[in-house]
Amino acid sequence: MKKTKNPSTLGRLLSYIGKYKGSMIISVLLVFIASVAFASAPLFLGFSINNLGDILKGNAGEEVVGGFLIFLLTMIICYVVYSILSYIGNLLVISATQKAVYDLRTAIDKKLSSLPLNYYDTTTYGDVLARLTNDVETISVSAQECVFEVIKAVFTMIIMFIMMIGISGWLTLFGLISVPVMLIVAGKITAKSSVCFDKQMEKTGELNGYVEEYYSGHDVVTLFGKEEQVDEGFGKINEDLFKASNDGNFLAALMTPASQGSEYLGYTLVCCVGALISIAGALSIGMIQAFTQYLTNFATAISSVMQLMPQMQMTLSAAKRVFEFLDETEEVPEAENPKFPEKLEGKVEFDHVKFGYLPHQTLMHDLNEVIQPGQKVGVVGPTGAGKTTLINLIMRFYDVTGGAIRIDGVDIRDMKREDLRNIFGMVLQDTWLYSGTIMDNIRYGKLDATEEEVIAAAKAACADKFIETLPGGYNFILTEGAGNIAQGQRQLITIARAMLNNPPIMLLDEATSSVDTRTEALIQTAIVNMMKGKTAFVIAHRLSTIKDSDKILYMEKGDVLEVGTHDELMALDGGYAKLYNSQFADKQEN
Amino acid sequence: MSVIFKEIKEFKKQLIFLILSVIGSTLCIMLLPTRLQKLIDYSIPGKDVGSVWLTTGTMLILVTGLILCGIVTAKLSSLIAMGVGRNMRAKMFNKVQGLSREEIDKFTASSLITRTNGDINQVQTFLSLCLNLALVAPIMAIVGVALSVHTSPSLSAVLLVSVPILAVIVIAIGKIAIPLSARIQRKLDNINLIIREKLTGTRVIRAFGTTAFEEKRFDTVNVDYTRMNKKLQNITALFLPAIYVVVAATIGAIMFVAFKETQNTAEVHTTGEIMAVIQYIMFILIAVVCLTIVFLMLPRAATSANRAKEVLESENLIKDASEARNNEDSKGYLEFKNVTFRYAGADVPAIKNISFKAAPGETTAIIGGTGTGKSTIINLIPRLYDVTEGQVLVDGIDVRDYKLDVLRSKIGFVPQKAILFKGTIDSNIAFGGNDMPTEDQIEEAVITAQSYDFVTEKKDGFNTAVSQGGSNFSGGQKQRLCIARAIVREPEIYVFDDSFSALDFKTDKTLRKALKEKTKDATTVIVAQRINTIMEADRILVIEQGEVVGMGTHKELLDTCRIYREIAKSQLSEEELNR
Repeated sequence: MKKTKNPSTLGRLLSYIGKYKGSMIISVLLVFIASVAFASAPLFLGFSINNLGDILKGNAGEEVVGGFLIFLLTMIICYVVYSILSYIGNLLVISATQKAVYDLRTAIDKKLSSLPLNYYDTTTYGDVLARLTNDVETISVSAQECVFEVIKAVFTMIIMFIMMIGISGWLTLFGLISVPVMLIVAGKITAKSSVCFDKQMEKTGELNGYVEEYYSGHDVVTLFGKEEQVDEGFGKINEDLFKASNDGNFLAALMTPASQGSEYLGYTLVCCVGALISIAGALSIGMIQAFTQYLTNFATAISSVMQLMPQMQMTLSAAKRVFEFLDETEEVPEAENPKFPEKLEGKVEFDHVKFGYLPHQTLMHDLNEVIQPGQKVGVVGPTGAGKTTLINLIMRFYDVTGGAIRIDGVDIRDMKREDLRNIFGMVLQDTWLYSGTIMDNIRYGKLDATEEEVIAAAKAACADKFIETLPGGYNFILTEGAGNIAQGQRQLITIARAMLNNPPIMLLDEATSSVDTRTEALIQTAIVNMMKGKTAFVIAHRLSTIKDSDKILYMEKGDVLEVGTHDELMALDGGYAKLYNSQFADKQEN
Repeated sequence: MSVIFKEIKEFKKQLIFLILSVIGSTLCIMLLPTRLQKLIDYSIPGKDVGSVWLTTGTMLILVTGLILCGIVTAKLSSLIAMGVGRNMRAKMFNKVQGLSREEIDKFTASSLITRTNGDINQVQTFLSLCLNLALVAPIMAIVGVALSVHTSPSLSAVLLVSVPILAVIVIAIGKIAIPLSARIQRKLDNINLIIREKLTGTRVIRAFGTTAFEEKRFDTVNVDYTRMNKKLQNITALFLPAIYVVVAATIGAIMFVAFKETQNTAEVHTTGEIMAVIQYIMFILIAVVCLTIVFLMLPRAATSANRAKEVLESENLIKDASEARNNEDSKGYLEFKNVTFRYAGADVPAIKNISFKAAPGETTAIIGGTGTGKSTIINLIPRLYDVTEGQVLVDGIDVRDYKLDVLRSKIGFVPQKAILFKGTIDSNIAFGGNDMPTEDQIEEAVITAQSYDFVTEKKDGFNTAVSQGGSNFSGGQKQRLCIARAIVREPEIYVFDDSFSALDFKTDKTLRKALKEKTKDATTVIVAQRINTIMEADRILVIEQGEVVGMGTHKELLDTCRIYREIAKSQLSEEELNR
């Protein structure tokens, strides 16, 4: 039987469980003993029926009655032993598979932190999320069932087969004659249904994406009155999904008539042949009873594996997707002998820096620039000029494709990433906060900060005032995405977070563009104070905020075209001057 | 659960056939052992080979019936379960499309997403299981009891003991397992939450070098979740062994009763009878087990069904006017009359007593601090929310007296968050049109929105693919495309909610100039943070804590409004102020 199209996925999945070999081996042993007990029970029932038959005829002595009772009791004991041992075996399997799934989740989590930023920037996050949550959950739910049922079924089938042969070779032949046919049918069904299930998964993903997109863009749909059009699009995917899942489920459900048909065909043949043999006097009635029970158990074992087939298929394709994720190329490994500047002053050197997000597309051609410690650098340019790219490179979210960036003389690729990033205080465009208290979120900038330090940072970032007005103050719990406070307030918290660490170099990426202007004035003061004696890169659209920078980098299409102070660049009368003047052009034209 | 029944009703015909086919296959299965009994009791003792062949023939017919009924059952149960899922999803999606902003906020978008996908899938899976197991079980149980009582009432009496015992076991396990699985669901939400946060916060996490902290944070929930999962599986694994013990005891009891009765000679059984009763009782117990599985899954499915129901039955707060009005003669007049708005559950109104009038060709700007209620004001125009007090009038008619689509066709709204949909640039801009816009109209809108250069620079131009959320465009580009989308609508009223924030000054300026040309006859309302963007507006409203604290032109406000002056000072240099 084709159990899987991809043995390596199965192998890898099993290797996770293989780590808990000890409990698996004990479990297999227990299940084996349990299966023997399970197989013996019908035998004793058969014996006792034979004895009872004699008793019913009224010609039985003490011996027969005693035997009847003992056989009956033994039968019950067999089932009890079976129940207890198989339960313990199952407990061990549960423990092993759950630990394995735990390991898998941990592996995924570790993977998340070792993937290059490029992965996150180029993958839709709904897709990754589905792999990490739904797929792992699928594995978690079915791993134990699949493993345990398969172990149990294999033993049951072997032992039942031996028992049946023991009773009668002919009956066994007739009883199992339909099994190969059924297996072929089942194999065909599984192959077909797995195609449908793959399609179903694909369509589910498509539907998820669609729903996510239009629910979060609900306002836009409403505002433009496009409900019908959007509904239509949904209907199409929904119908496709229905077709795929209906086909898949129908095929999977066909397993039931296939296995039942085979089971009862065997049963019929056994009854017929058994009766004929019995009439010939070669078989007792009790043994026919026992045999039919073995046959039923054998069939149940097969069908339980078959019923699990779609589930296994689903688990395997889930595992495949998870392993695909785990196989994604990781970040360039850390330098072998990490260096760190002996004295951290905050000097940043760009030495023939070349970079492009795609291998064949160079964005930044040749950047040479030295930023002295304590200098305040403004980075300006039209939208899409590559200002954020510059930050990506300094922080080593992306590696340069040529040249080098050095901090205080050390190539940033020679430093440990964490050490490098600790040099920076960063306030980004997106105000990511995690679900937890405000205190925890500010403390994120420096995990061992005391409460006093946190509050001091919040005060410096002008966030203290609004925090105090929230219920619970610093213990106010932010929901996911910090949806329960305003965008400007989120920004203030991220600033406080960046301030807490007191790093030697500051990076501000359009940090203040969504804070209202009055608050911004306060923040500006705080930032100026914080930046004293520090190297700072400021990306802002409001040119007034960077006018008095020590150095302004004017960028366009990825390259730095003009460098100098405000006055120098204005005198140059190039792109910067045009951009600056455009602020007031309205007035001049009037 | 009522939702599910309501949906199943649409498949009445299929359901009837399904029940018939289930009855058919159940009967076939249950009649088979009676044939074995016949063989044992008559054919074998009578050495009647002829009747053996006859019985075998009957059994073969039963097996064929079983297979045929099984195929029909598979077909219909899948059709009904998946069909109900499809219909519920469609209804849910349609419903959500029509919900108002307030209700969406109440549910939260992410919860609505889970409800549309996860919860309905849960219902669908449950239904598919139900249609197989839950239908078979009662039929099997009833036929089983009937046959075994018919065969031997006294042996059947054993059931009176073993069924209650089984019921107690089932209920006891369910009592522990069900609340536990609800708790596990919440833990799973936690895990998903953390992973989601990690995905969205990669940059920040790495910038702060808190990878180790994050790993610990995840590990805590992972350990917790694994432990509870293990506990649940341990308990549910108890179920099958317990049933086996009960089954064994039941068989033993039947044999023993038969034996005792023989000794008392009250009733003499044949071996075939005893074996048949054992078989029937097995069927009854199987039925109980089937029902139990359904019963164990029920709470989870019921929770999901209820979550779906909440959405399906939620009432839309913003409705079409029953007697809709429209004013064809007047175009582009907007008036706020003493408008006050309070968010549901809030103590203080978000905006208070706002009044202003705007006529075609005029630009009204709204400026003020974060969270002062600027966006709230403009959200009232297309009825994303309804006023609490006062009136918003468009072309002299209260917005609540319009049909929604008529009202909204008058408005070109550019939201704060630049949202694009998966498709092409072309499809995204066409999305804004009241009717299907022509190619020329789209191109013109793109030119006005200062997007022509970057659009045509792309290899596929207007057919360039837009990925989900427009993530393959920069913030500024997205904003401009959203503006183009509003322009193509050719509305009477333009509303810009801080829609120029991601643009640099140069682009901002040229765009506004081009826009002014294009919107000559339309009313424009702009919410902005930047003074530059709104300096030349005909009317500037300065908002502070939900109230208008100043209204006038830039020049007037500089003289009369302290707050406006402060804002201006923070953004403009001395010379610019005095220019």
